[in-house]
Amino acid sequence: MSQGLSKRIRSLQFAFLSPDEIRRMSAVKVITADTYDDDGYPIEMGLMDLHLGVIEPNLRCRTCGGRVSECPGHFGIIELAMPVIHVGYSKEIKRLLHSTCRACGRRLPDAPTPRGESFSDEEGPTPTREPKEERACPFCHETQQRILLDKPTTFRENGHKITPKEVRARLERIPDEDIRTLGLNPTAGRPEWMVLTVLPVPPVQVRPSITLESGERSEDDLTHKLVDVLRINQRLRENRDMGAPQLVVEDLWELLQYHVTTYFDNQTSGIPPARHRSGRPLKTLAQRLKGKDGRFRSNLSGKRVNFSARTVISPDPLLSINEVGIPVEIARALTVPLEVTPFNQETAKDLVKRGPAPVPLLGAYQCGVNYLVREDGQRIKVMDKNAEACAELVQPGCIVERQLLDGDIVLFNRQPSLHRMSMMAHFVRILPHKTFRFNLCDCNPYNADFDGDEMNLHVLQSQEARAEAKVLMKVEEHILSPRYGGPVIGMLHDHITAGFLLTYQNPKFTRSEVTYLLSKLSYPVPPPALIEKDGTELWTGKQLFSLTLPKDLNLEFHSNIWTRCDCPPNNCKHDSTVIIENGVLKAGTIDKKAIAYEKGAVLDAIARNYGPVRARQFLDEMSRLAITAIGLAGLSTGIDDEDVPENARKEIDHALSSARAEVTKLVDQYQKGQLDQMPGRSLEETLEVMVRRELGKARDLAGDIAGRYLGLENPAVILAKSGARGSMLNLTQMAGAVGQQSVRGERLLRGYVGRTLPHYARGDLGADARGFVSSSYKRGLSATEYFFHSMGGREGLVDTAVRTSRSGYMQRRLINALEDLKVAEDGTVRNTAGTIIQYSYGEDGVDPCRSFQGDAVPVDEILAGILGRPRMLRGGPDGGAGQPPIGEEEMDLLAEAQLEEEGEEEEGEEFAPPEEGPDFGGE
Amino acid sequence: MPAKPRTGPTLKQRIHEVARSKGVELPPHVEDDLRERLIRLRLTAPELNRVVSAVAARYMKAKVDAHESVGIVAAQSIGEPGTQMTLRTFHYAGVAEMNVTLGLPRLIELVDARRVPSTPMMTIHVDKKLEQSREEVHRIALQVEVTNVPDIASIGTVVEDLKVLVTPQVALLQARGVKRADVERALTEALDPKKYRISNGSGSGEGRPFELHLAEAPPPKEGAKPKKDEPEEPMPFKALLGASEEARVVRIKGVSGIKRALIKKEKEGYVIYTEGSNLEEVLDIPGVDASRTVTNSVFEIYKVFGVEAARAALVQEANRTLAEQGLTVDIRHLMLVSDVMTNEGDIRAIGRHGISGKKTSVLARAAFEITAAHLLRAAITGEADELRGVAENIIVGQPITLGTGAVNLVYRPTIEPKVVAPPPKAIAPIPPAADSAATLEA
Repeated sequence: MSQGLSKRIRSLQFAFLSPDEIRRMSAVKVITADTYDDDGYPIEMGLMDLHLGVIEPNLRCRTCGGRVSECPGHFGIIELAMPVIHVGYSKEIKRLLHSTCRACGRRLPDAPTPRGESFSDEEGPTPTREPKEERACPFCHETQQRILLDKPTTFRENGHKITPKEVRARLERIPDEDIRTLGLNPTAGRPEWMVLTVLPVPPVQVRPSITLESGERSEDDLTHKLVDVLRINQRLRENRDMGAPQLVVEDLWELLQYHVTTYFDNQTSGIPPARHRSGRPLKTLAQRLKGKDGRFRSNLSGKRVNFSARTVISPDPLLSINEVGIPVEIARALTVPLEVTPFNQETAKDLVKRGPAPVPLLGAYQCGVNYLVREDGQRIKVMDKNAEACAELVQPGCIVERQLLDGDIVLFNRQPSLHRMSMMAHFVRILPHKTFRFNLCDCNPYNADFDGDEMNLHVLQSQEARAEAKVLMKVEEHILSPRYGGPVIGMLHDHITAGFLLTYQNPKFTRSEVTYLLSKLSYPVPPPALIEKDGTELWTGKQLFSLTLPKDLNLEFHSNIWTRCDCPPNNCKHDSTVIIENGVLKAGTIDKKAIAYEKGAVLDAIARNYGPVRARQFLDEMSRLAITAIGLAGLSTGIDDEDVPENARKEIDHALSSARAEVTKLVDQYQKGQLDQMPGRSLEETLEVMVRRELGKARDLAGDIAGRYLGLENPAVILAKSGARGSMLNLTQMAGAVGQQSVRGERLLRGYVGRTLPHYARGDLGADARGFVSSSYKRGLSATEYFFHSMGGREGLVDTAVRTSRSGYMQRRLINALEDLKVAEDGTVRNTAGTIIQYSYGEDGVDPCRSFQGDAVPVDEILAGILGRPRMLRGGPDGGAGQPPIGEEEMDLLAEAQLEEEGEEEEGEEFAPPEEGPDFGGE
Repeated sequence: MPAKPRTGPTLKQRIHEVARSKGVELPPHVEDDLRERLIRLRLTAPELNRVVSAVAARYMKAKVDAHESVGIVAAQSIGEPGTQMTLRTFHYAGVAEMNVTLGLPRLIELVDARRVPSTPMMTIHVDKKLEQSREEVHRIALQVEVTNVPDIASIGTVVEDLKVLVTPQVALLQARGVKRADVERALTEALDPKKYRISNGSGSGEGRPFELHLAEAPPPKEGAKPKKDEPEEPMPFKALLGASEEARVVRIKGVSGIKRALIKKEKEGYVIYTEGSNLEEVLDIPGVDASRTVTNSVFEIYKVFGVEAARAALVQEANRTLAEQGLTVDIRHLMLVSDVMTNEGDIRAIGRHGISGKKTSVLARAAFEITAAHLLRAAITGEADELRGVAENIIVGQPITLGTGAVNLVYRPTIEPKVVAPPPKAIAPIPPAADSAATLEA
């Protein structure tokens, strides 16, 4: 395996099996419909004949002499008494019959041209106009008849049935040279082979029988079907040979056709599916291949693997982002092959000596060995008993399967694997307890939380795989997402709150606090930022945060808490403009906009300019600092955080009741017909729009009133404003009013006749009757409000359920359509056929991961770096004010520039990703 | 204004030359971007050199690696945010009065390459000269919007006289900018004179009603299904009802397919938004600025402007749909999907009836959908699967042809091994770095 592939399949050829070939490859002619005799021994010439292969231990295959593990199985044959049509080809046969002369088999001149490569079975051949009745063969002048296909397998000519035998005879007459023009490939087989005269019997390995606990045998569905075929075949042969009435023979023939048809495809339309005694439809050949659980999608496109583990996940902020904590139990079960060479022979011996479960050394996990594979391929299970003996067998060429060790590289995955960040390489940390653990920053790419999620782990088995994983798949290599060129891995929740608490208004810390804060980091305590008169040394939060930054980082941006205030950036009274100079946080609050995934500017700058390793270091240190910081500061929120003073409550009530009155007025106007109709809207819609607008305003007003009493000293507000969790909308719903509930974007409507609930009059269009919740979550909802709220909530749930399946299918289609595209050596994007899809990937050949939020080159940054201008907030240089001196020799360049400047619009347009989608109410 | 004669190469040319001298061909949009920034900064030649070299070096660093599986990355980048999109079909876009399909359904619609979007919509800009004038824009809007008879007139049946009264409402006529004569013309053109006779009713002025009389039963044509005509004879009410129904759908003016047109004041002037779309005919209306008028129907764009425009429309629509949901997806992924869809010269859907159904590999097709049919078909035509793609190679259990699977790296020690060294063997290839950047710095 580790030697790599020496051979490669170049191509697969598809073709027909000719009857001769079927006979040639068959090991036995099956004639008996029985399987096993009373002793449970396979009956000769039965469906379980030992020539077909063996599935029981201690028996040998009669064809190749192999045992269960050696014999791949062999085909058998059923000679059909009469030919039958292959269902999969009935349409094709019809086309051929229609296109060729019924007498001489030559292709008729008006035969529809063969279909191109386009093919989809649902539609069948493109409906060609039925040609005129009277057609004559230009070769033999035979008048042609109209052929009808009576689905699935009966052909009629002018109402008379054509037997499969006759069909076969006609197909035989088609000369080879006409076949190609009819869209068939003569090298792949003759058309008459689409009518079966012999039926191959698949090896028993394909249809193993299972022995139930009761000792009863249960046969595979295919075997059942073959039994049916054999029985009818036998009866048909007997009747035919006895000279039974035509009618009887025909009936049996049709029955045989039915069984063969359902043997191939038990979901053929037009005939009832063959059923098991229990009533369950049989799973025959086509069903085995088809669909999600079919051979293709289930076993060929996706394969099961060894060396994998799965368990519940839980967080561990002290792990690095590219580590994963693995329970000892799992570490003992998973192994890494260690090739023994003269250089590591002694180490390997020592390892084997330890056996499969070494005693912990000073409490630390010790890796053991599970198997020893000798040079001849023999696997020896290493046990405590034979460990010493096994160690003696270790010699160069052996493979020692040792258990996991700290520092091994493994793949870690959470389903659904929607993007490549769903599977990343981590380094192993073996830990006590039974869950997989990882740093919280990795939650976003995996979309994981810890409410019971499980994840999978795979241990790499080859040197190539490990090398690729280390270079390409390590977590730190995926900090920048190919989707939008920004960080997908970053701080979240408590980290952000902690960043806020640590830096907002620059709190001071004493020596003991600083010692605690830095206890999880490997930095010495820096010199204090200031010393009080009484000699107390004090450190600032911004100072501590700055420790984690690269020493030459320069940045300026707005915090999440920025309210578009126009204070000078370096002296903002809201502390909402972040200025980082030479790796020191001079001003501003570190929150979502600084360190969170997707948005964090600091994180983005570090990942982009200092590389993945430095970014990983920053994330590791920052999450440790954040966790200790929030541990020190403490933050909790409770129901009383949404308390508002009595007068605010009154104000809210007043706002809500006046809105309700306003709605009543609107409804009144509407009923009196005094409402001004909006252009292009009906009167009803106009009313709805206006009512919704009015109530929306009322909810916002209630929120504003409540918000006035909820300041940044309120923990819940800290969470919302810093971007850690929740939004101000959530808070106003708790403190102010929940607001209008809606289903399908409209006010609630359905339920009873003309009303939502029997509590209201029919046709009541007022606020309350149509689902306006004026209570707050804190005050509690009334019964009707609660009901309305649950209606809105239900829609949300249904929406989510439907959405996952719809988007899943869309993604599957997208992947399938695009999976083969790659950038060729010359920079073009091509598909497997070599067709050029793009001359240059993305029109500029830039990898989105390496782009600057989508831009190929960060022009501003380069300009600022080279020209030494103060770093500017993203948005472009200040239109040329305060120009730098220009060199004398560049006069013409300047003139040129001025010339071009004329007619230049002063719009520093820049691609700015939209901040956030519209925030919808409710949860 | 006469332009001053240029004394030297333009800034853009200079940027181009400098990059060239570093052996880098900058993409045009980077050059333009750079020029735009630099033009206001007035640089010296050495400065310009340094800036452009730095940009060139950065650009080379950002280039994709060869054999990168850009297709899968694009598919994932578009598919993954799908789970975060709203499913709600209707939402309010720029115009509060109009419903537009957005979110996941719209994205699926684009990828499916539907001929007609579920909510076709146009944004019509008028000529720059006219767009400040509300009246002018309104005039064009009225020309665009379909006006049917019921929009301007009431239709009633008078059973005793066996006639249909179409009474134009003066106020509505004015609002829609329709003359009574227009209605008359439309009615006479649309209704079969063999069946109906149109006359003026009593009254005067614009509001004078039209009367539709049932024409005398046409003389039964010889042998032309006389049996069917018979039962109609005693049922003139039914015919009357039919007449009023027919009058209802008579189009007086407007572009077919445009159900509604609304005018909205935007930054640049008044803009017409329409429900329903008919790009071809709208562009023919004088006063419409064809360069700024758009539709959300990609197929119409394809028909009118061709496949390149359709490709651009796909990119733009997909980008808008995602951006509206607050999701950022790099434009390159959308370009790739659009390019795949339009590569053959027409718009092909992503899926069984489009790209996936036309793949060259039998196994890849079988693994996607309609498994059995593809296999059976492959046998007839004697297809060979060349195993070039991803799905096929996974099926047969070989390394795939992308990324590190596309290259082989062989380790050949340059020093002869002295004693026992492991035999040379293939090791995992490391993706080729964008090493041309290094050449640049040298």
